Amino acid sequence: MDLLGQYLINGLMLGTIYALVAVGFTLFFGVLDVIKFSHGDVLMVGAFTGFTAASAAGALGFHHPLAQLAATVVFALAGTALLGAVIAKWLILPLKNAPRLNILLATLMLGTALRESVRLFYPDGSNPKAFPSLLPTSAWQFGNFTLRADSAILVVTGIAVIVGLHLLINRTRLGLAIRAVAQDEETARTMGINYTLIVLVTFALGSSIAAVAGVMDGLYYNEINFGMGLLLGLIGFSAAIIGGLGNLYGAILGGFLFAALQMIGAVALPFASAYKDVFAFAVVIALMAWKPTGLIPERSSDRV
Amino acid sequence: MKSILRFSVGAVLSAALAAMPLVGASAKDTVKIAFIGPLSGGTASIGVGGRNSTELAVRLRNADPKAKYTYELFAQDDECKPNVGVQAATKAAADRKVIGGVTHYCSAVAMSTVDIYHKFNLPVIVWGAVLPDITYANDYAEVHRVNGTMINQNQVAADFMTKQGYKTWVILHDTTDYGKGHNTYFSKYLTQDGGKILATFGVTSDQQDFTAELTKAKELKPDVIYFGGLTPLGVRIRQQMDKLGIKAQFQGASGIVSDAFIEGLDNKLAEGTLAFREGAPVEKLPGGQYFMKEYDKAKFDQGPDAYGPFAFAAANLLMDAIEKVGPDRKKVTAYLGKIENRDSIVGPITFDDHGQNSVAAITKYVIQDGKWVLWEDSEYGAGKRKLVGK
Repeated sequence: MDLLGQYLINGLMLGTIYALVAVGFTLFFGVLDVIKFSHGDVLMVGAFTGFTAASAAGALGFHHPLAQLAATVVFALAGTALLGAVIAKWLILPLKNAPRLNILLATLMLGTALRESVRLFYPDGSNPKAFPSLLPTSAWQFGNFTLRADSAILVVTGIAVIVGLHLLINRTRLGLAIRAVAQDEETARTMGINYTLIVLVTFALGSSIAAVAGVMDGLYYNEINFGMGLLLGLIGFSAAIIGGLGNLYGAILGGFLFAALQMIGAVALPFASAYKDVFAFAVVIALMAWKPTGLIPERSSDRV
Repeated sequence: MKSILRFSVGAVLSAALAAMPLVGASAKDTVKIAFIGPLSGGTASIGVGGRNSTELAVRLRNADPKAKYTYELFAQDDECKPNVGVQAATKAAADRKVIGGVTHYCSAVAMSTVDIYHKFNLPVIVWGAVLPDITYANDYAEVHRVNGTMINQNQVAADFMTKQGYKTWVILHDTTDYGKGHNTYFSKYLTQDGGKILATFGVTSDQQDFTAELTKAKELKPDVIYFGGLTPLGVRIRQQMDKLGIKAQFQGASGIVSDAFIEGLDNKLAEGTLAFREGAPVEKLPGGQYFMKEYDKAKFDQGPDAYGPFAFAAANLLMDAIEKVGPDRKKVTAYLGKIENRDSIVGPITFDDHGQNSVAAITKYVIQDGKWVLWEDSEYGAGKRKLVGK
């Protein structure tokens, strides 16, 4: 029983990270009907920005973990928000009327460019970096189940971010504007909504949520590398697809579902745990065949 | 066009004239030797240590007035990836000035490149990869190895661990040839010695999250968690064992014997980790003292790490051969095939029919206060500190 708790917290941790990535995919698709494949690499850039900020804060004499954590979060979020807005403004909006495939390809290439740039130009960028542990590491034992303070804080933060995003979309004027643009661009424009601004804000928002996932990943595994966004981006995208692209709750559901599939693949099935991703992605394919529009299909009225 | 040509010819001539007094009266021919290893990626500290050690051997040889040739190092990065390694190997083998190579730390890379060396007749000496198949699964005269294989390593490891009184194991290994080899040999010798394996998990070589496997391991309550794989995964597994509150002894293979393993972890987490490596401990050999002294003098920005001495020994062996038979790949191969009981800083070297150094001393290591310490010299060996569960 207590081991079930351990699996549950492991799965929650992974699921939260996946859900945060998936939410970005679904936001972009909801607002502009685009699939932005550089999302995973934006996450990686966020993690590296945070890592640099933490090291810089340490070098400037701020040794308190909280100060370093604050620097990490602020710079990672601000940096990726800016990056997201820049990508939207100069890559995605100009291509808005081009075939969908072009945007997909352009962002895929941008992702590769970001990844290789970090590898080549970040000092010693091709090697993994040891992300500092900035959270308290005390642990509670419940029989066989160990809960570490840092894991608990990360899961709670991740869920809080998701809830916060939900409230932002559904309870604020900004959220109303995002939903309006998602539903109908023309009508939104005639209602006096600044279309370009809303698109930029949405991309900044989605990208900084990816940065949260990137920093969480760094804090949890204490390691980041230039290729970390590749698999996370793919998993996040799959999660958004099985949940129903364009639907916020679908993305969250998809993220947790994917984490659960990986856990089952590693633990409950008779073959080697190296095949857990094979298993998880195979189930995703099966799910897509069964429900092509996702588990929670997008209705045009409640898009985003 | 003509004037440019005339100018450049003039420039070359004057440059050559200017260089003459530096070279001295007896201008030596330049011979290239290749070094290939992981200079980037998770195992880069081992690779850079190996390259520096090879470079040191080359520098020392060039400073020796008795040397017949001037040596030049042709260092290539294999990134510990077979596809990149194949490119690097082809590049080295296709360069006719390269007479021999000091090649590979990663077994998966070494496995995929042996065919190339054979095809191009390039004699190579492996300086770090431990998979037996690299030398034993082929009869290529070109391929030699100064370090031992994982067979001996795991035999000693199983024997040592059961003698410590440990009874049960959970094995994790990466699913490359390297990790699978460790799993095969360790499991074989462990079962012979009466140890019990509760579960075996194969993991991918770039896996990040091991919580599912480790939670399963936690349920089984093993005395020891064995990991057959390289440093980056070793660091992650040790870290995540702590996150899940697993109290078991952590035992690694030679793949985690590197400074990067300790740097990647808190001192507290690294402390007491056991690992086994083939080869006599360098610091115990007279030649080893000399190597460390020269290495310090050369002021590289990084230490030789665990396999640097092997690379140094391999480079010296290769240059000895070239001195003796001249810069000819086939003659060097023939010469290396006959090496017997040759002194080196890693102990005497004898190549068997497959080019494998058959003198295999195995060294036992434990991490104590942030350093890999010989078991016999450690406070653990002396009984002052205890391993987990003892």
